[in-house]
Amino acid sequence: MWSNLPLFPEQASTHAARVDELYAFLVGVSVFFASLIFLLLLYFAIKYRRRSEDEQPHPVYGSIPLEVTWMAIPFVLVMIMFLWGASLYIALASPPADALEIHVVGKQWMWYFQHPEGQREINELHVPVGRPVKLTMVSQDVIHDLYVPAFRIKMDVVPPKYTTTWFEATKTGTFQLFCIEYCGVAHAGMVGRVVVMKPTEYERWLQLGTPEEAPVVAGARLFQSLGCSGCHAANAAVRAPLLAGIYGKPVPLATGQVIIADDSYIRDSILLPQRHIVAGYHPVMPPYQGRVSEEEILQLIAYIKSLGGEPLGRGMTQR
Amino acid sequence: MNATATTPRVHYLNANYGIASWLLTTDHKRIALLYLATITLLFFIGGAAAVLIRLELITPAGDLVHSETYNRLFTLHGIIMIFFFLIPSIPTVLGNFLVPMMIGARDLAFPRLNLASWYLFTAGSVFALVVMVAGGVDTGWTFYTPYSTHYSNSHVVLTIVGIFINGFSSILTGINFIVTIHTMRAPGMTWFRLPLFIWAHYATSVIFILGTPVVAIALSLVAIERVFRVGIFDPALGGDPVLFQHLFWFYSHPAVYIMILPAMGVISEVITCFSRKRIFGYTAIALASISIAVIGFFVWGHHMVVSSQSVYASMVFSFMSMLVAIPSAVKVFNWTATLYKGSVAYQAPMLYAFGFIGLFTIGGLTGLFLASLAVDVHVHHTYFVIAHFHYIMVGGAVMAYLGGIHFWFPKITGRLYPEGWAKFAALVIFVGFNLTFFPQFLLGYLGMPRRYHFYPEEWQVLNVMSSAGASILGVGYVLPLIYLVWAMRYGAAAGPNPWRAAGLEWQTSSPPPTDNFERTPVVPEEAYAYGPKEEAEVV
Repeated sequence: MWSNLPLFPEQASTHAARVDELYAFLVGVSVFFASLIFLLLLYFAIKYRRRSEDEQPHPVYGSIPLEVTWMAIPFVLVMIMFLWGASLYIALASPPADALEIHVVGKQWMWYFQHPEGQREINELHVPVGRPVKLTMVSQDVIHDLYVPAFRIKMDVVPPKYTTTWFEATKTGTFQLFCIEYCGVAHAGMVGRVVVMKPTEYERWLQLGTPEEAPVVAGARLFQSLGCSGCHAANAAVRAPLLAGIYGKPVPLATGQVIIADDSYIRDSILLPQRHIVAGYHPVMPPYQGRVSEEEILQLIAYIKSLGGEPLGRGMTQR
Repeated sequence: MNATATTPRVHYLNANYGIASWLLTTDHKRIALLYLATITLLFFIGGAAAVLIRLELITPAGDLVHSETYNRLFTLHGIIMIFFFLIPSIPTVLGNFLVPMMIGARDLAFPRLNLASWYLFTAGSVFALVVMVAGGVDTGWTFYTPYSTHYSNSHVVLTIVGIFINGFSSILTGINFIVTIHTMRAPGMTWFRLPLFIWAHYATSVIFILGTPVVAIALSLVAIERVFRVGIFDPALGGDPVLFQHLFWFYSHPAVYIMILPAMGVISEVITCFSRKRIFGYTAIALASISIAVIGFFVWGHHMVVSSQSVYASMVFSFMSMLVAIPSAVKVFNWTATLYKGSVAYQAPMLYAFGFIGLFTIGGLTGLFLASLAVDVHVHHTYFVIAHFHYIMVGGAVMAYLGGIHFWFPKITGRLYPEGWAKFAALVIFVGFNLTFFPQFLLGYLGMPRRYHFYPEEWQVLNVMSSAGASILGVGYVLPLIYLVWAMRYGAAAGPNPWRAAGLEWQTSSPPPTDNFERTPVVPEEAYAYGPKEEAEVV
């Protein structure tokens, strides 16, 4: 048991090294101030110890210059901590555009991953080294949180909306993955691992096993079978917004607002279509809440995302 | 005052006898003792849960209790310690006893309301305790939705009822303190002559009044959603689970300041007495208390940095959290400077005060790690957070509470506690505390999640260290219980002012008479009037 006493977590992503630098700075500042206080306390306590019961030392009232100094110096230091921490946080919230996008669904008490090529995994995530990987995550029940200590990344996985995080692994190997938002009885068992592979091995891994339907293909199938195409197709009888090319574009709403058609918007529009009515359309679509699983929604989104080309008429390009 | 040799002096403890004279008392001093008995019991029950948690975590496997039980244990520990021990501890015991005495009043402004708060507190805590021990609740003390409103298969609603009732006790205590401090100060006791203990309790009372209703509403909404399936937080009903976190932390972060501000007040009294010095920077410390109370209401989002709140919100909360560190630092610097050219004695209360400053400094500095966004992303929900807030709440608030109990023990009981034992216990607590919680900082940076019933093997060494420390800490807490109870009966007579402390509470006899003072004191000078007296004291 004593043979392995790790004191520092492994650094396995580009982000990890940057977080550790900030951490080192914080440790440095803390050690300095803690030592300063401890040494001063010790020095004063010994030097000015009570030598007789009747001692009555002269009062010292305080000092404005000192008060200003010991407010100003900490202020400057905490502002450095703030800006440094915030800049890394912003970087973590901005995944590179070319990132490999993997869908994650958390449920009591397992992790479900789906790769764009169709591979599905449970509690295990295979990724290539040296390539940014973006995770788009949603929960099917309570709030979970995906945490990979070696990457220094963590993000809540929330039931009603998509959250994202990203990483770029810097070394191959296996790294622990935890659910770190308390989610019920088997919370401590909701763990998994990230397997980082060389790109060639990753390609080979993608070919392994029975080939599964890619999300785009599954989404196209669902688009037919759930009846979406009955209204949203170009030649449909019912007038509904066309979806080609809308992904990531602004959509004018009946309320006068404009909303970006991102993953969360599309998800909302499938589950609770009455929430955001596109300008110029009637609220006729039935809600799909309870009729599609989180995996299926992600597949539908992948399909809608894949519909390139200029949207044709019917109000979608008016802005 | 002449000592009456023949008949024993009448004071608040012997003025009348019988169970009814205690249960129907409106004397703030007796009510303080009622609270003391209640929260001491609750502290040891909450502590027993912690003992079981630490025993379980000695081994990586979950082999002592089932996961269902483990989850109920940490929930019980959190709820008892936060709602039923730390929040009421210093205000309802020391504050109740001392606020009127320090400002030269006969009682609080609303004595019957004060007794009502104790009944509400006892009713709420006993109710919640019975529910949690008999049935159990497994949501964690944070009650995050939608787990608490739908998925948890435990007694969420009944526990909330207990906390809800208890909330009224906090609000009533807050109102009582504020009105008392405004209207019942003795002649000459101006605002800037108030002891810092009073400033701290004033700031705390403001938080009680502004914060408690919000958590009461948030928890009520959880209960309403759970029972009536009204969609508020549960996305399946059209709600937003993250909304709950905003409402919850809007109170529960300021609640940390409810715990620490009165502790800071105690430390200001103890440090000055045992260095025989005016406090260094009185105004700075007083205003620091107020600014902590105000800024503390705008930092709640630092609990939600990975919750999916917007990047901009996280940045604002990070900035505010950095700011709130400044007044805390100001206090630490001023306490340290108070020792300068003082006459420093090392009695037990002072040892606790030293312990407080050291541990609070570590707790405060590690708070900066959590305010710095990118590091917070890594250590959030890990043992780093556990270690940080235990340094603040146990290393800070509990150390100060025990220091205060020792400091005012002669005033409360009229007797001295055994000094040697008290110093020994303070040392045991300090060592045990650090051994328990310092390894948890390391565990947290390594990534160990909180609320884990079992964990990977490589973290065992640090967990064993932590559990070993906890056993030492446990001994440290039992010791004062034993010798203080002993000293209540067998301690040497203390006299009115054994520490030769300044402050109105030391000018009356110990234990004080029912009306606190023989005659209303007049205050001619600032607080902490230590130092050589120019003219002879005129009595």
